[in-house]
Amino acid sequence: MGIYLPIAEISVNVFVLLAMGAAVGFLSGMFGVGGGFLITPLLIFYNIPPAIAVATGANQVIASSVSGVLSHMKRGTLDFKLGGVLLGGGIVGSTAGIYVFALLRRLGQLDLFISLLYVVLLGIVGGLMLVESVNALRATRSGAAPVLKKSGQHNWIHRLPLKMRFRASKLFVSVIPVLGLGAGIGFLSSIMGVGGGFIMVPALIYLLKVPTNVVIGTSLFQIIFTSAYTTLVHATTNQTVDVMLAFLLMAGGVAGAQYGAKAGQRLRGEQLRALLALLVLAVAIRLAIDLFVTPPNLYSLSGAGLN
Amino acid sequence: MRGLRTLAAITLLSLIAAAPAKAQTPPTEGIQIGLSTDAISITAGFSGADLTIFGSLENPDPLVARQGRYDVIVVLEGPPKPVVVRRKDRVLGVWINLDSETFENVPVSYSVATTRPLQDITEPKSYRQLSLGATNLYMQPADAGDSPATIEEFTAALRERKAAAGLYSENVGGVQFLSQNLFRATVRLAPNVPVGTHRARAFLFKSGLFIKESSAQLEIRKSGFEQSIFRVAHDYSFLYGVFAVSLAMVTGWLGRLVFRKD
Repeated sequence: MGIYLPIAEISVNVFVLLAMGAAVGFLSGMFGVGGGFLITPLLIFYNIPPAIAVATGANQVIASSVSGVLSHMKRGTLDFKLGGVLLGGGIVGSTAGIYVFALLRRLGQLDLFISLLYVVLLGIVGGLMLVESVNALRATRSGAAPVLKKSGQHNWIHRLPLKMRFRASKLFVSVIPVLGLGAGIGFLSSIMGVGGGFIMVPALIYLLKVPTNVVIGTSLFQIIFTSAYTTLVHATTNQTVDVMLAFLLMAGGVAGAQYGAKAGQRLRGEQLRALLALLVLAVAIRLAIDLFVTPPNLYSLSGAGLN
Repeated sequence: MRGLRTLAAITLLSLIAAAPAKAQTPPTEGIQIGLSTDAISITAGFSGADLTIFGSLENPDPLVARQGRYDVIVVLEGPPKPVVVRRKDRVLGVWINLDSETFENVPVSYSVATTRPLQDITEPKSYRQLSLGATNLYMQPADAGDSPATIEEFTAALRERKAAAGLYSENVGGVQFLSQNLFRATVRLAPNVPVGTHRARAFLFKSGLFIKESSAQLEIRKSGFEQSIFRVAHDYSFLYGVFAVSLAMVTGWLGRLVFRKD
């Protein structure tokens, strides 16, 4: 069944989009990530213009994050204060990102920049995760007990000034890295159309030493607002949010996520992480190939205005 | 010598006298076109269509008409817009948009219908003078200081991309004479035809000479639900953004209610 997307201005198949949303939702439920980093490249592979894929991806991320936050709120695994400070940084980063986005679009380098960011970030995150999970799998096979870092260990980040107490996270830390992390994620959110959970979660755990149980809830909480802000600004400055497209993805996504979460409980942590790492790497490689293969058309047209 | 000069003067005089007389006695040919409507609404599922334009010749010379020496070219021209043409080049193995050229007032679409192949109607020179035909249409570079070779290269690329997108098309034989002075032109509307004010123009040629032009305007609008969304997204973009965010939040909340597994 074909449907015409009003903003992307192309006809697409409804079932392909629903399936895409459901598949990504399933994976995001399984791995506890927002799925924005999969949706946006998939949309680009499906010939949706990258500018629209990014803005719509940010919109879709809100739905899956709301869905996730609700269950974390019920369990009390959410640090509102930490989320709030991250969000403050996020708004600043997102604003900067939107500005860079519009500038790159004018210069005709937006598509390239989005692809490069994806290849680099997904490559690094996927690579690190794969190494870590393979090591963990090897360790459990050889029978050695997994080595856990003690939460009491401090690094340079904990020596920065302007300390603030976050009760729910049992944390006393400078606001500078928290704001900086928020700003970085906000920037990526507006340029890549991702929530940024795949960077936020490891950063909170390894850099700020936030207890793992509050990390996902807090990360999702701030992602809701950063992506809401990103969506709003993209809608007003670039008019690139396609609600029709976003809704189809969300509808598939929220359904898939709940089944994915259930399936995820049956797999072991290291196996899950190894699978996710392979998936992330596959997306990165696919995007990288497109950068190097000779394009069928060397010339492209675009309006001199924003389009 | 003196006699020759008088002769030349007389010839000149008679030529001057003949010019207005010629315009009056056999009245010059004219051309008119008519559209059945001045606005077309297309819906989201629009998959392209043929637009028929009727027109007539005024005061055709029956002899010329019988010999088929009248030619008509009908053009449907989309609204003019500035366009940036970019060329990808390889930098360290990666394909990057490097060079670009901006053109002013490029018709978004340009579809042509003719009585005969363009090269049989008149000289390439007159096409260029009239800026007529997808391959002769004058593309005005925004920066005229660029080298002619570059401008030519990007102009060719612009035409090629437009043709590949189905926006620039030629329909040879698309204009048919129904009688001595009535003709019908069929121009192609591409599925991605741009909205806005289009201009239909008809050019009359007699034995390869351009005689007259006439034009009419046609408004192409998109209608339907999808178009309303598009309009709201552009006219009330902030409210549209608020709506998109609320929709996502409600969907996320409902999704949890409906599919909850914990």
